[in-house]
Amino acid sequence: MSAVPVTLRRVVELEIDGQTVRAMEGQTILQAVRALDVEIPTLCWGETLTPVNACRVCMVEVEGSRVLVPSCARKVEPGMVVRTNGDRVRHSRKMVLEFLASSVDLSTTPNAARWIEEYGAEPDRYGPAAPPAAAGERDRAHAGHHHPGDGQTAATVAQPVKIDNESYVRDYSKCILCYKCVEGCGEDWQNTFAIAVAGRGFDARIATEFDAPLPDSACVYCGNCIAVCPTGALMFKSEYDLRHAGQWDEERQTQTDTICPYCGVGCELTLHVQDNEIVKVTSPLDHSVTHGNLCVKGRFGFQFVQNREKR
Amino acid sequence: MDLRLHDTEPTSVERAAVDGVLGPPATAWEGAERSPLDGRVASTGHAARAQRHLLLPTLHAVQDRVGWISPAALDYVCKRLLIPPAEAYGVASFYSLFALEPRPATVAHVCTDIACMTRGATDFCKRLQDAGVDWLESPCLGMCERAPAALVIEAGEEPREAVLAPASVDSVVAAMDGDAPEPEAPEIRQATGLRLLRRVGLADPTSLDSYRAHGGYSALRAAFELGPAGVIREVTDSKLLGRGGAAFPTGRKWDAVARHPVRPHYLVCNADESEPGTFKDRIVIESDPFALVEAMTIAGYATGCEHGYVYLRGEYPLAWKRLQQAVTQARARGLLGDDILGQGVRFDIELRKGAGAYICGEETALFNSIEGFRGEPRNKPPFPVDEGLHGKPTVVNNVESLLNVLDIVLEGGAAFAQIGTEESTGTRLFCLCGCVQRPGLYEAPFGITLGELLDLAGGVLQGRELRSILLGGAAGVFVGPDKLDLELSFEATRAAGATLGSGVVMVFDDTVELAPILLRIAAFFRDESCGQCVPCRVGTVRQQEALLRLANGKPRGGVKTELALLGEITTAMRDASICGLGQTAANAIDSALHGLNAFPTEEAM
Repeated sequence: MSAVPVTLRRVVELEIDGQTVRAMEGQTILQAVRALDVEIPTLCWGETLTPVNACRVCMVEVEGSRVLVPSCARKVEPGMVVRTNGDRVRHSRKMVLEFLASSVDLSTTPNAARWIEEYGAEPDRYGPAAPPAAAGERDRAHAGHHHPGDGQTAATVAQPVKIDNESYVRDYSKCILCYKCVEGCGEDWQNTFAIAVAGRGFDARIATEFDAPLPDSACVYCGNCIAVCPTGALMFKSEYDLRHAGQWDEERQTQTDTICPYCGVGCELTLHVQDNEIVKVTSPLDHSVTHGNLCVKGRFGFQFVQNREKR
Repeated sequence: MDLRLHDTEPTSVERAAVDGVLGPPATAWEGAERSPLDGRVASTGHAARAQRHLLLPTLHAVQDRVGWISPAALDYVCKRLLIPPAEAYGVASFYSLFALEPRPATVAHVCTDIACMTRGATDFCKRLQDAGVDWLESPCLGMCERAPAALVIEAGEEPREAVLAPASVDSVVAAMDGDAPEPEAPEIRQATGLRLLRRVGLADPTSLDSYRAHGGYSALRAAFELGPAGVIREVTDSKLLGRGGAAFPTGRKWDAVARHPVRPHYLVCNADESEPGTFKDRIVIESDPFALVEAMTIAGYATGCEHGYVYLRGEYPLAWKRLQQAVTQARARGLLGDDILGQGVRFDIELRKGAGAYICGEETALFNSIEGFRGEPRNKPPFPVDEGLHGKPTVVNNVESLLNVLDIVLEGGAAFAQIGTEESTGTRLFCLCGCVQRPGLYEAPFGITLGELLDLAGGVLQGRELRSILLGGAAGVFVGPDKLDLELSFEATRAAGATLGSGVVMVFDDTVELAPILLRIAAFFRDESCGQCVPCRVGTVRQQEALLRLANGKPRGGVKTELALLGEITTAMRDASICGLGQTAANAIDSALHGLNAFPTEEAM
């Protein structure tokens, strides 16, 4: 969460990549490193969310620690010696990227292709992808049981897209299980708890109870899960349809900031417009009212704008 | 939070199962008949939401009664406990002993894990298949000294659980028909040198008087004389190291919690023994449950905990029963409760049952499981001594670690430290299983060599040849016959790149093929990974796939390439996984590939 408690904070001195650095007590290693303009890849980290350090792509080496530590969650300590780009770090990033790219469709994950190249990841070396699961198959997987296969194909999370409402789609072939949607839906923001992680191990998945369709679930269509999804697994139906038709073109899009007209809260909206049609609505993460979150009206209630001339 | 439920009606049986744990619902909000008073009550708030820790016991009740957890039953559980259905489903689907689809009321869980494999489990399963028995594969059931093992569970008004070990097709069929043998008392085959196990087979595990007649509860009196600080001093002086696998100094852990200003403090006994090949905690609890109760009382007294939990794995029906009896008797006799032995000391024990998840033996995953969340490990720091169960300072100890405290208090820490080696003090429980003459639980001072320990169990079977030994279980390390001189202590095994882990010493002879054993270990970790972090969730799958290719003789790019790939996977899992499961999931396999040359490379052939 971005809210910072108002207490007197001390300055902490630590070493990052051989450089002596001063950071505020309570900051994470990631914050201290990013202040130096050094890139550390992140996927499950979100600036408005509690770190869950599940993706393990932001791992760094801290002297005295037997294993690598997640920079997104570990707080700076005085005298800490951090290495962000050593061999161990680069190896584990490469492997995490290989593991993800060989099991998940990262085609709409920003930066994924660049990182894969930068770290020399070779997702193809695990063999051709296993055939995708049938609809609902992964949702019925029983904890502690699996079919091992013969190892000649690489297991993936590929499965049909879930389209059960007019607002957004869930393409879990693209899900890296970063927990961000669960956090946004639950404790961190919306407190709706329509989705949670279910199952175990490689069969773990984001799910409603018994895989109930969203309209039967607790979902309130705030779309705050879409706002935090780092891979495009959760997507506006409008974006999904345009991509499907090969017409999605961010070059042709404009972004217009405005205030939501529905109520008096004053949420800031960013309207993404392509060919004079609103195709997506977001809100800036650093906006003091929304922190990137909206409700169903602000997020999806834009149809009236484009229906005006047809009336 | 507004709960959105499906308002499907549970059956009366499902409702009764839930109400059996939670009591009848008070208002229509929680599922009672509607009454005019309902409009004047609020059943939300912190108190209502604080019931989440009852989720696992309630799910157990439904599973035990009905044989599966239906959508309507889950909905009712959520209504009673104010838990969002998606979250409750996430928890229920985490555990392998819960079914979320209808299945027969009676199910046989058959152990297909490595110890049972050395005793014919693979053939046994084929015969079950041929006999048309409806059975499910299970990871290690902790009955390794009497392998092969099966656990038959029958749901119903009076749910039954029968452990069959050694199991046969006939005994499984009979047990499924309701004809199960009386549980067998554990047997200790070692005659001398017993300390932790000295009462096993002598004292009646169902009788507090018998326990006292065998010296029970003298340690608690001694502890009261020492005072809390005195007990911690003795434990620190004893140099006792934790027996769960991580070998952390117990005295330091206790001291940190005792001094912690945040209250309350919690004590948790980790009895979720699920490491393949491990059965020591089961035998201790089945045959000497009062010793654990007494040891926990001392631990609670020393560290300022008034509330202790035992988290016992769900596959141990006899241990569960014995422990329940012991706690009830101790409570009735004033040895647990608000004023223990008139000393004004308050301490009580609550029992929690796991539901089939190896990962819940990881201490922070165990806390989450007790609290009613998915058994996913937490990020450390903060460590349990600062923020453990319910976010409070928590002492978490393995059963065997706690058991040692009795002698430490009675003899004094300095005397205890004389036993064993310089750094590994006391005795150790060793689970000998696999291809040995007399598999079973053995106790020996640290420093005994591997060869001497094997001799205690009679060595390998007549006419067979020792091939390898797995130390520490599936997360442990294989060593070859050249390591019989290895001294079994924390420091010596560490120096040799091995581990004692949970005390498993699993022996393989020339009749056992190594490749299927390695494949089973890989399958185990794939099944038991919680799925939270990428290195473990995907790494365990890629490890299994590479091993399958090797075992099938169809390596991609040659054996050497596959071994290099496995090496890379191992390093990433070890370096980047959140918890000890992922960090050690490749250990045994890696040691077999390199130490035992399990798949010789082309050049070597």
